Amino acid sequence: MIVAHLGLTDFRNYAAADLELAGGPNVFVGRNGQGKTNLVEALGYLSTLGSHRVSTDQALIRTGSDAAIVRARLEHGGRDVLIELQINRSGANRAQVNRVATKPRELPRYITTVLFAPEDLVLVRGEPSARRRFLDELLVQTAPRFAGVIADYERVLKQRNSLLKSARGVRNPELSTLELWDERLVELGAEIIDARADLTQRLAPEVAAAYTRIAGDEHRAELGNALSILSDAVDEEVSDPASARLERPAIAEAFRAALVRLRRAELERGLTLAGPHRDDLVLMLNGLPARGYASHGESWSFALALRLASAAVLRLDSPLGDPIIILDDVFAELDETRRGQLAAAVGEYEQVLVTAAVVSDVPPEFAGRMVRIEAGAVLE
Amino acid sequence: MAYEGIVQELIDELGRLPGIGPKSAQRIAFHILQTESFDTTRLAQILMEVRDKVHFCAICGNVAEQETCSICRDPRRAQNVICVVEEAKDVAAIERTREFRGLYHVLGGALSPIDGIGPNDLRFAQLMKRLADGSVDEVIIATDPNLEGEATATYLSRLLVQPGLTVTRLASGLPVGGDLEYADEVTLGRAFEGRRVVEA
Ligand SMILES: Nc1ncnc2c1ncn2[C@@H]1O[C@H](COP(=O)(O)OP(=O)(O)O)[C@@H](O)[C@H]1O
Ligand SMILES: [Mg+2]
Ligand SMILES: [Zn+2]
Repeated sequence: MIVAHLGLTDFRNYAAADLELAGGPNVFVGRNGQGKTNLVEALGYLSTLGSHRVSTDQALIRTGSDAAIVRARLEHGGRDVLIELQINRSGANRAQVNRVATKPRELPRYITTVLFAPEDLVLVRGEPSARRRFLDELLVQTAPRFAGVIADYERVLKQRNSLLKSARGVRNPELSTLELWDERLVELGAEIIDARADLTQRLAPEVAAAYTRIAGDEHRAELGNALSILSDAVDEEVSDPASARLERPAIAEAFRAALVRLRRAELERGLTLAGPHRDDLVLMLNGLPARGYASHGESWSFALALRLASAAVLRLDSPLGDPIIILDDVFAELDETRRGQLAAAVGEYEQVLVTAAVVSDVPPEFAGRMVRIEAGAVLE
Repeated sequence: MAYEGIVQELIDELGRLPGIGPKSAQRIAFHILQTESFDTTRLAQILMEVRDKVHFCAICGNVAEQETCSICRDPRRAQNVICVVEEAKDVAAIERTREFRGLYHVLGGALSPIDGIGPNDLRFAQLMKRLADGSVDEVIIATDPNLEGEATATYLSRLLVQPGLTVTRLASGLPVGGDLEYADEVTLGRAFEGRRVVEA
């Protein structure tokens, strides 16, 4: 797929912007702080209903405005789709597809992006939460219904934690409903654990291939799922990948057993201590955990490999053609060889959007349409 | 942004109402202030009287202007079926479908530890009392089709295991994650017709 037109109203530092885009490479150049990332963030938001930079919508709305509008015309094969999202400062967001009102959560069905950003280093070096988010975001892109499953799981988790907290330090706590929340937690949690394992399995060969493409044949990049339901650890995060892939019933059974095992600790802490919210996607490089062992350069290669692998999986999956590749300011972070390898690897996709502060950072492969960005304005 | 004294107080009070955010509160406040035809005396009067005049039905928990509500007093209603809902406004929604001719029981909410609502905060005990004499042979659980509503339904279905009593749940098809009261009449009516027996 390609995005043929992008329109912004009161989004970040854009009062109003309209931009035609072409298939193949499109390069946005401008000094720092002018609005390059804002532009691609808008597309990323349509595709994941979240920003890679902030967790709330407020910052996306231009200072002093009540609402931001993001409008994109997409071409899938020969078909055109116009999707629009109004992000409101107060009240629910509103969406349209081809001018017909729809739920915002329907929009990601029409647009798929893979965004590479300087922040991606946290995928390798950061906390497990960054890797869970990576996996879940990709999960939702490959199977949109998981947005609901994950939201429900988080809601059950909150309910259960509230219940556990309310029982803390109480002599005869009212826990007759704990069983109900446990059942839902296990049911939804097992579904998420299973789906993540499945996705990890599909990603693994793509990650291995992408890593050797970027860094050379002698390296071995592997993935594993560390599962908190298989661990007795109460205070630390899990870090050992599960040795075998469990079937869904076995996952549910292990989950129930973990809740029994951890009951006392959970009641003491007022917290749910096992479940997909405490798991990790373990990244292994040449047999060692990348987090803690990999060098800066190796960590970057792994981060790029994860994004490239996501793109490959989405490409195989999507009925709408390739995902739109977005490279936001990543070349400045990379050495010459990695730049070249990355450029070659994404060159095969239908559309690539690249941002850079200076033109000389952009590999020659991306010579194509170039647009200047200055102070929230698009200069052709 | 803050206004002087009493105007801000009005905005704050309105903003405390469910479903009214700061923007709407401000809009309503200025509407009241600036619209000459707006009868503030009448609104004030109704607000004062409503708490005195309206009660909750001693039997089912629905709103009532007397000791019991008009549905519980109506001898033409089937006395052997009780439909359990979360709120009185759900009774109104179901009544609009004209699909249901039995009695109601209003729980007063759904199980939700986040909001501090446990089984003792809902009218479960009153329901069990109504079922004690065996004259009711079906309970239809019509809690909201969201997580809390489902949890409440499951809890209730386990509580209601007793000989001679059939427990049913509205058919799926209601918008998931939603509120019963917002379901349109046709959908809600269909959900009633297609209700299923629940296994506790
Ligand atoms: N909600 C907002 N309203 C107005 N300006 C904003 C808003 N959010 C960010 N900005 C401005 O956008 C600029 C950053 O844009 P960005 O796209 O990150 O720059 P870059 O071109 O370096 O990628 C900053 O000047 C920031 O003040
Ligand atoms: Mg930037
Ligand atoms: Zn009544």
